[in-house]
Amino acid sequence: MSDTTVEARGLDLVFGDVAALSEIDLTVARGDFVSLIGPSGCGKTSLLRVVADLAQPTGGTILVNGTTPHAARLARAYGYVFQAPALLPWRTVERNVTLPLEIIGLPKDERRARACQQLESVGLAAFARKFPWQLSGGMQQRASIARALSLQPSLLLMDEPFGALDEITRDGLNLRLLRLWEATNLTVLFVTHSIEEAAFLSSRIVVMSARPGRIVEVIESDLPRGRDLDIRDDASFHALAHRVRTALRAGHSYG
Amino acid sequence: MKESRALPIAVALAILLLLWYAAAVALNWTQANGDLLATMSLAKPLLPAPHQIAVEFWNSTAGQRIDSKRSLIFHAAVTASSMLAGFALGVAIGLLLAILLVHVRVLDRALLPWIVASQTVPILALAPMIVVVFGAAGLTGLVPKAVISAYLSFFPVVIGVAKGLRAPDRLQLDLLHTYDAGRRRVFTVLRWPSAMRFLFPSLKVAIAAATVGAIVAELPTGAESGLGARLLAGSYYGQTLQIWAALAMASLLAASGVGAVVLLERLVIRARGGRL
Amino acid sequence: MTRNALPLLFGVAVLLLWQAAVVGFDIPRILLPAPTEIFAALIADPSTLFADLNQTFFHSTLIGLGIGCASGFGAALLVDRSPFLRRGFVPLASLAGALPIVGIAPIAVMWFGFDWPSKAAVVAALTFFPSFVHTVAGLESVGALERDLMVSLAASRGQMLRKLQLPASLPFLFAALKVNSVLALTGAVVAEFFGTPTVGMGFRIATEAARMNIDRVWAMIFVVALCGSGSYAIIALAERRLAYRS
Ligand SMILES: Nc1ncnc2c1ncn2[C@@H]1O[C@H](COP(=O)(O)OP(=O)(O)OP(=O)(O)O)[C@@H](O)[C@H]1O
Ligand SMILES: [Mg+2]
Repeated sequence: MSDTTVEARGLDLVFGDVAALSEIDLTVARGDFVSLIGPSGCGKTSLLRVVADLAQPTGGTILVNGTTPHAARLARAYGYVFQAPALLPWRTVERNVTLPLEIIGLPKDERRARACQQLESVGLAAFARKFPWQLSGGMQQRASIARALSLQPSLLLMDEPFGALDEITRDGLNLRLLRLWEATNLTVLFVTHSIEEAAFLSSRIVVMSARPGRIVEVIESDLPRGRDLDIRDDASFHALAHRVRTALRAGHSYG
Repeated sequence: MKESRALPIAVALAILLLLWYAAAVALNWTQANGDLLATMSLAKPLLPAPHQIAVEFWNSTAGQRIDSKRSLIFHAAVTASSMLAGFALGVAIGLLLAILLVHVRVLDRALLPWIVASQTVPILALAPMIVVVFGAAGLTGLVPKAVISAYLSFFPVVIGVAKGLRAPDRLQLDLLHTYDAGRRRVFTVLRWPSAMRFLFPSLKVAIAAATVGAIVAELPTGAESGLGARLLAGSYYGQTLQIWAALAMASLLAASGVGAVVLLERLVIRARGGRL
Repeated sequence: MTRNALPLLFGVAVLLLWQAAVVGFDIPRILLPAPTEIFAALIADPSTLFADLNQTFFHSTLIGLGIGCASGFGAALLVDRSPFLRRGFVPLASLAGALPIVGIAPIAVMWFGFDWPSKAAVVAALTFFPSFVHTVAGLESVGALERDLMVSLAASRGQMLRKLQLPASLPFLFAALKVNSVLALTGAVVAEFFGTPTVGMGFRIATEAARMNIDRVWAMIFVVALCGSGSYAIIALAERRLAYRS
């Protein structure tokens, strides 16, 4: 398997007269944690959907795990956490998490074991038998993360997964996600509107601008591995956040 | 970017027409002694071809004097009168009941299950009774038929309008309370305008139901004129073309009823600046 | 329990008033028999009653309802595969649902004879359109994200249908069943006016009304109402057991 997980060259995506993506060049190495940040409507979701083979680019090339996005999707190469939990209301939390496993045809015992493990890791073990409407918004979002992880994918696509949560819950989930990423060989493509979140989590931050949606700057993080929430008070963190903010401003003045 | 519906509908219609012709040929095959052209021109076919129905429809409308017993327009007018009378009566009862249900809590709890249950009684089961009861009171002809139509059409109006009158949310009601508005004022400035969105879909269902009611009411009332009577007569004498032409006219009646409501809806929408 | 007490009380009050009025004002029985007389007529001839019930409810209505709902459901599954066909057929089917379809009863008699199959055919034609329109709406009701989820998992068409679209359309299917259970009974009774063997609830009502046996007519109306409300109640109960909260 190649060392690049996502390789996009000159990617274009046009909806009618809206250029959602324009000449996107992006390389995501295996084990990277890449955040996409940019103003609303700049094409972050669109880029994720192209990687996931949920949208077809109108120009350029893209490889996922060295193959087409289509082949990668059929190989179940990635887990996708959507902007909303998108849990099926007629299934319990546990059966929502086992849904991907049912689809790939795992035996029942294996499914339950994996669901149990994933729910444990997002702190929802006690809620396995509950229905989605019996959970808070943050718990629902955690369940949807457990669902995406149940396939044990090598690539995790996350679209503003914590956008609707309160600050404290968000911090907790951020830390969990960071630990998971550090402990496994996971590659993460992560969309966010929060500069802090991007700076805290990422190994690289991709700053985008709107109309047409293009990449303004790619910022390498110099924060150490194994960091925790306190790093956000450090000067190095502030410097990184400042670079992201500056790039975002530059992007805004483009359009 | 709204996709056009004209082409898909045209294609669907073409598919249905083709299937119809195929079915006509297949069903009439033995009666026509295996003659393909004859399958589409029998006098009493098992299933007439669409163009046969169109010709029969034309002959019994444009080809007849309007006051003739053979004119479909005459029969349609008879049915339309009880349909419209029943619709008006049904809507009036429906509106009244809806207003009562929304304003009197006890009635809502006591009456609503019975209103729902009333619709699980097939109207035709009641039709002979209605005829007998009204006949004893000296009322024959239009009245019992209109009552039967009304019985079918009041229901969607009650349910829809009651829902609409309850549509205003807490904030809007509170706002009016701060103005010290009474029930009547709340009704005229808030509840009634909010109910519009629910009223028109209900009216569409109601007028379709009133048409069915008007036709069905002619069966047990022994009516000699009207589309239902025409269906019954056609069935006695095995006149399939006459039955299908009457069915076409009945469909046209129902469709124009619904069309009229849609038109009214458009007018109201325009008066309210483009939205309901 | 208290939720049902009020309407029950109302029903009992109406019955009492009815009895009192008929007896008190000596209303002609031709106009309105007393509830007790209706009850007497109801239990007078159980074998005829059962034969009528068997013919109209257990054959015409239920078999027709089954065929109509199943074929509407099947047609919806077919049409769901093509957005083009869906855009063409759904408006036509909604329009057809507003037309007086019971009118095909005389034609059904010519095709299928006087016995219950012709009534079942009318019922099937009546219930087809609501079943079709509601099922299509249900299958379409799936949210974009949920659909994306299944696509991202490379779910097959069958899995998409079984695990997402069908469960999501359950509320729509129940709505169609409720509408249809009422339509079906109406259709079965109406169809009997265009010729029937000498059995059936519609036939009984028509002949007893002609003979001025009004108490028997009311007894039959009561049975029909019981069938209608009963099937409606069973469907509503099943819905409460099966349907999910969202
Ligand atoms: N299915 C679609 N049809 C037409 N235009 C679309 C479609 N999806 C997205 N767009 C357009 O493409 C552009 C990028 O949309 P996208 O959803 O990728 O933005 P985003 O960066 O995810 O925004 P947000 O931060 O608000 O989620 C927007 O201008 C949007 O209007
Ligand atoms: Mg987005």
